[in-house]
Amino acid sequence: MRITRLTAVVGAFALAMAAAACGGDDSGSGSASGIVGKASKDKKLVFGVKADQPGLGLQTGGTYTGFDIEIAKIIAKGLGVPESGIEYKTTVSANREPFIQQGQVDLVIATYTINDERKKVVNFGGPYYIAGQDLLVRTDSTIAGPEGLAGKKVCSVSGSTPAKRIQTDYKDASLQQFDSYSKCVQALANKTVDAVTTDDIILAGYAAQDQYAGQFKVVGKKFSDEPYGIGVKKSDSEGCNKINEILKASASDGSYKAAWDNTLGKSGTAAPTLDVTKLTNCS
Amino acid sequence: MDVFSDSANIDTYVTGFLWILKLTAAGAVGALVLGVLLAGMRVSPVPVLRGVGTAWVNIFRNTPLTLIVFFCYFGLYSALGFELSDDIDTNNYWLGVVGLSVYTAAFVCEAIRSGINTVPVGQAEAARAIGMSFLQTLRIIILPQAGRAVVAPLGSIFIALAKNATIVGTIGLMESSSAMKELINANGDAVIPIFLVFAGTFAVVLIPTGYLFGWLANRLAVKR
Amino acid sequence: MSANTDAVLYDHPGPRAKARNLILTILFGIALVALLWWIYSKFDEKGQWAAPLWKPFLEGETWTSYILPGLWSTIKAAAVAMVLSLVFGIIFSVGRLSDHWWIRIPAGAIVEFFRAVPLLLMMFFIFFGIPFLTEQPMPPFWAVVIGLTLYNGSVLAEAFRAGINSVPRGQSEAGYAIGMRKSLVMREILIPQAARAMLPVIVSQLVVLVKDTALGYIIGYTELLQDGVNTVGANFGNIVAAALVAAVIYIALNASLTFFAGYLERRSRRTGKAPRVGAAAGPTEEATPVVAPGGGLSGGGGIA
Repeated sequence: MRITRLTAVVGAFALAMAAAACGGDDSGSGSASGIVGKASKDKKLVFGVKADQPGLGLQTGGTYTGFDIEIAKIIAKGLGVPESGIEYKTTVSANREPFIQQGQVDLVIATYTINDERKKVVNFGGPYYIAGQDLLVRTDSTIAGPEGLAGKKVCSVSGSTPAKRIQTDYKDASLQQFDSYSKCVQALANKTVDAVTTDDIILAGYAAQDQYAGQFKVVGKKFSDEPYGIGVKKSDSEGCNKINEILKASASDGSYKAAWDNTLGKSGTAAPTLDVTKLTNCS
Repeated sequence: MDVFSDSANIDTYVTGFLWILKLTAAGAVGALVLGVLLAGMRVSPVPVLRGVGTAWVNIFRNTPLTLIVFFCYFGLYSALGFELSDDIDTNNYWLGVVGLSVYTAAFVCEAIRSGINTVPVGQAEAARAIGMSFLQTLRIIILPQAGRAVVAPLGSIFIALAKNATIVGTIGLMESSSAMKELINANGDAVIPIFLVFAGTFAVVLIPTGYLFGWLANRLAVKR
Repeated sequence: MSANTDAVLYDHPGPRAKARNLILTILFGIALVALLWWIYSKFDEKGQWAAPLWKPFLEGETWTSYILPGLWSTIKAAAVAMVLSLVFGIIFSVGRLSDHWWIRIPAGAIVEFFRAVPLLLMMFFIFFGIPFLTEQPMPPFWAVVIGLTLYNGSVLAEAFRAGINSVPRGQSEAGYAIGMRKSLVMREILIPQAARAMLPVIVSQLVVLVKDTALGYIIGYTELLQDGVNTVGANFGNIVAAALVAAVIYIALNASLTFFAGYLERRSRRTGKAPRVGAAAGPTEEATPVVAPGGGLSGGGGIA
């Protein structure tokens, strides 16, 4: 999901500190501290993932499942880390940058939109998926796009980018804010709101949940572009490049499609194609 | 203090505190009425009433306000259909008032009950001796005297209520803590001034209020 | 009034009063049952009692992988914050009673300030604001603990101060008479007695502290509400059911703390040595402290 400018700046400070501390070190090369080095040395990697986003990153029992998790497995495999060497750590939108900076996680794959603010503090591999803001409505709803929200109640997470976009671009809609999408979806099921808005892929995850089967549909009219990236330390350009190589390979060997089909694809949506020309230029 | 030269930010600040003010005012009235009622129930001769009063206090005093406010939205509004207004903010405001009232009433009830204990036994005995009923004893003799003794604790409770009003932000009302978060998010370079203005507003209003209640309590105290 | 206040307020019921009470009991009982039934059926209408929503709570895994870890985080944060708040409270109460104005005034200002600022606002500042100043990320755990400590520590500081002031003057005078210094009088004579007098208040403030850990999830600390409500809700689509379960856990946790407070209070009253303290601002000297277990001085004590 998105993050606010603030956390990006927080991260920037942390980075400035780290850079200052490193001083004359060859912190730019990242061969020792980067993910490539760590993967080949320890055969272990820590991934920061979401725990409460069905279809993408969901903690079920002791394990995590979802598209982000499958991507994590592809990356780990590409770096030569066995599945037993993967450790997942729950991140929330507010602490992704600090987690990367502090080294609490090695990579973040957590519905993490690439944007310029964040690029200042984090190196992004990918995007592995282009999401976009969309609407989740009840099956019998007549809302056909953001224009149809006038006079309707729409729910999103407090202070998030989708919520702000509704406030600035679709002023006729009334906005209900909660601290998690689960609450929004519950409110939608109870008919106290008419729509839930955030990235289409997140909405699809909720729509595909068993307990809501047949109740909701995603409108399917994206009104923004949210490229999801894989965050690593700012200094780790080697790792970033490696991630892009692995993604490129996964697009051609079918593992990317398999990752989709095993998770979000279950709702019947065909796998997207991974556009390798759009991969970031790692800094 | 550049942040506060932007009129939109001033607006955010003012709106936030207006919500707090409104929540506190309505919540205090609700909590006081409900609290007195509960205290009456807890000392009444009818066992069912006593039981309900006790259960109320034990349930609401021990549940985080965050959860109570959550149930106001998903229980009272979503499931039971209490729609208090068409407008989302107004509706959430009233749901917040209900949540704050039922929660704070538990504290008010207990304060009044310990206030009742400060009234000498002889007062109630005298009332009974001249043939007053339970309600008469309570209304005419006990509560007026107890009321004086609970001014100070009630003051602390209402001050706590004003601060607790920030929790209504969790169901989407842009009260002052959400407003502060917004401003910090947008103006990371001015964290300190933003915090000082928001926290300072609470301090400037609430600290004198606390002293006022203390002064009032001293003046009203029954000298025995 | 005596401990069995309630009976003092009305005559022992005669036949007529008994009949009236019975009728009231029945009427009120019926109204209560009707209300509960109505709530039940409305929830039922919305499908909130559907088995799939509740079944997860019968499975051990839901407990071991979400609720218990969340509860553990809640308890951890609460425990650390309790210890720190007590330390903070003692230091600042003594500070406020200092003979030196340059200790007394800042200590007083700090206590008054943190008592007046909403905890949520404080946590937002610590978590989102402090990192701008220290240029270090703030772990959510410490943001929660520091916020809880500053607020509850300040409230406890006032409670300790009231407790110290309630110790009869003769006690400290006797201390000075045998040549004790102020610090020794404080440590050996005043604080132990004050702590004893204020035990119920202290424990009910700790209940408040436990409840306030629930604000932690708002800044990303994965405690009971995050793991046990949000994550469980995301998995099983049963957020209302999950919140009900979490509420029951909180009530059980706090009720046992409150029970403990009542026990301590009964004990200290039995020994009869604890100085008596009137409700918060001490409206009347003669006031017998409390009736209710844990309700003790609740106005001054349990301030959420």
